[in-house]
Amino acid sequence: MDIAAGLIQGFAVALQPANLLWCFVGVLLGTVVGIMPGLGPPATIAMLLPLTALMNPAGAMIMLAGIYYGAKYGGSTTSILLNVPGESASVVTCLDGYAMARKGRAGPALGIAAIASFIAGTVGVLGLMLVAPPLARFALAFSAPEYFALMAFGLSMVVLLAGRSMAKALLAMLVGLWIAGIGTDLFTSTSRFTFGRMELLSGIDFVVVAIGIFAIGEVLANLEAREEPQLLPVPKGLRNLLPTMQDLRDCRFAFAQGSIIGFLIGVLPGAGSTIASFISYGVEKAFSRRREEFGTGVIEGVAAPEGANNSETGGALVPLLTLGIPGSGTTAILLAALVLWGFKPGPLFISENPNLFWGLVASMYIGNVMLLILNLPLVPLFAQVLRTPVYVLYPLILGVSIVGIYGSSGSLFDLMLLAGFGLLGYLMRKLDYPSAPLILGVVLGGAMERALRQSLMMSEGSLSILVSRPISALMLSFALLILLIPLFSRLNTWRVRALEQKDS
Amino acid sequence: MRRRSPDFWSGLALAALGGYIVVQARGWDYLTEDGPGPGFFPLWYGLGIVACSAYLVFFGKDSPSDWRGAGRALATWAALAVSVAVLKWVGFALSFAALTFFIVAVMYRRPPVVAALVALGVVAGFYLVFPLALGVALP
Repeated sequence: MDIAAGLIQGFAVALQPANLLWCFVGVLLGTVVGIMPGLGPPATIAMLLPLTALMNPAGAMIMLAGIYYGAKYGGSTTSILLNVPGESASVVTCLDGYAMARKGRAGPALGIAAIASFIAGTVGVLGLMLVAPPLARFALAFSAPEYFALMAFGLSMVVLLAGRSMAKALLAMLVGLWIAGIGTDLFTSTSRFTFGRMELLSGIDFVVVAIGIFAIGEVLANLEAREEPQLLPVPKGLRNLLPTMQDLRDCRFAFAQGSIIGFLIGVLPGAGSTIASFISYGVEKAFSRRREEFGTGVIEGVAAPEGANNSETGGALVPLLTLGIPGSGTTAILLAALVLWGFKPGPLFISENPNLFWGLVASMYIGNVMLLILNLPLVPLFAQVLRTPVYVLYPLILGVSIVGIYGSSGSLFDLMLLAGFGLLGYLMRKLDYPSAPLILGVVLGGAMERALRQSLMMSEGSLSILVSRPISALMLSFALLILLIPLFSRLNTWRVRALEQKDS
Repeated sequence: MRRRSPDFWSGLALAALGGYIVVQARGWDYLTEDGPGPGFFPLWYGLGIVACSAYLVFFGKDSPSDWRGAGRALATWAALAVSVAVLKWVGFALSFAALTFFIVAVMYRRPPVVAALVALGVVAGFYLVFPLALGVALP
């Protein structure tokens, strides 16, 4: 199927009234979630995952993806008005966005964030549409050794970019592999790490781990502070939110480079939108005629990172939908959602489920338009979300997590596990262990072990099969090189500096 | 005695987990006639955990970590764990209302009347949305 025909078919799916409604619900929820500091898209998607079991998969995927990219739009509002990023990808927007708001230019800052998000988000979807089908066709040649190598490569990238300490990131990933290994071994029916509990024979549900680590862990971390930040005044009226023609001219390069950098970084497993926004900000500053003014309220300093973090979404869906390899915590949960609904993300996904793939692509075009409309005139209304008392919000998150888990499994034992993983998520934050490698380890662990064992069955136990096939050898070499980066001091200094900037 | 860093203790705990995984994995077949057995993969990631955690124990930095406020978080977690543990006997309404009351009244120091109203409102909201509107059972 060619791209034009696929897109027409996709719009036929996305424009169905029910799917339009789910798209709207997704982007609306995403905007709200993005605005709220302390509640990110992975936590929200994980919490809603059990409820989507009742929905049509196309509608559910459209809604969850809407939350994913909608949160990127909403995140900028909190950065600009509160100097607190609504989600991690908007950290860098605080620098110039909040400075603009303090100078009385909150309106144009919010407006340019929405416009940049729209332009780059649309470019990201265009990239997804053009790159995903040929990549999927190329990946059809992959067999078990290539899959194992690909997963090893993806995990090594995540480990490289997820934490300041490689040892901690590796440990998080290995513990994720262990959690994935709990239960009955499908090849030999041996029970592994079940501690004599019948409930663990079928393994630990990924949703329990994801909600515990992200939602409960996040609530516990946020509960440490009793004070709530103060909100700057929100400009009212569309006219006060629109940037001037000069502002738009100043942002031309930011729109273009943010879109391209965001998409390319999104395709790379592990990099994620936070890194995309920092790189785009750095590039904008490097090429700007007024680079010394960055940080004092320069409008390009808002447009570039906001563009990049929205374009990244389209890029991040490429490896997920074509190879079945997620590159971040959120895409790992989307992968789990696809598996939960009975799909097998990988090279055959697009050809076997054209309605779902093209429907998702088309819905993202529609969703971006909805988000532009929602985020320009309705920003003052959304900002009111920030006035919700946290002592109401946090019990609600805990309650939805409990009901979501019980609703999907009906098991009180899973609720105990949820509490346990919540504590683990909190401790990981406190001890500076990144959670993305753990989640990816849990999601990919089963498939990785299966791929490795199938490869070794093919070669009658010889590990040489992993290096004798060119694609597999290439990817394993890259994975090894990536893991050796800490030994090269200059490269490691760059890596650590980038991650420290991200956290500051 | 010198005060150990959090990295040292977390590394030690993970080393114990890695050791447990290795011991368990050695009890299962490493290789079978059909290929790798159930002990193959766990043995390698178990050894990986032991190696990385040993690195943290011996070479981990004394990174300062801020534990102010951890008491609030851990107290809330304990309240959550208790409310989940008693769900079976007292039901969702009572256990979740008590958890909400605790968070509002104790953690955020709001007056008991406000805490009671929030607890009642949240529980009522859950009943309206989940069993009534969505048909999803509450624990």
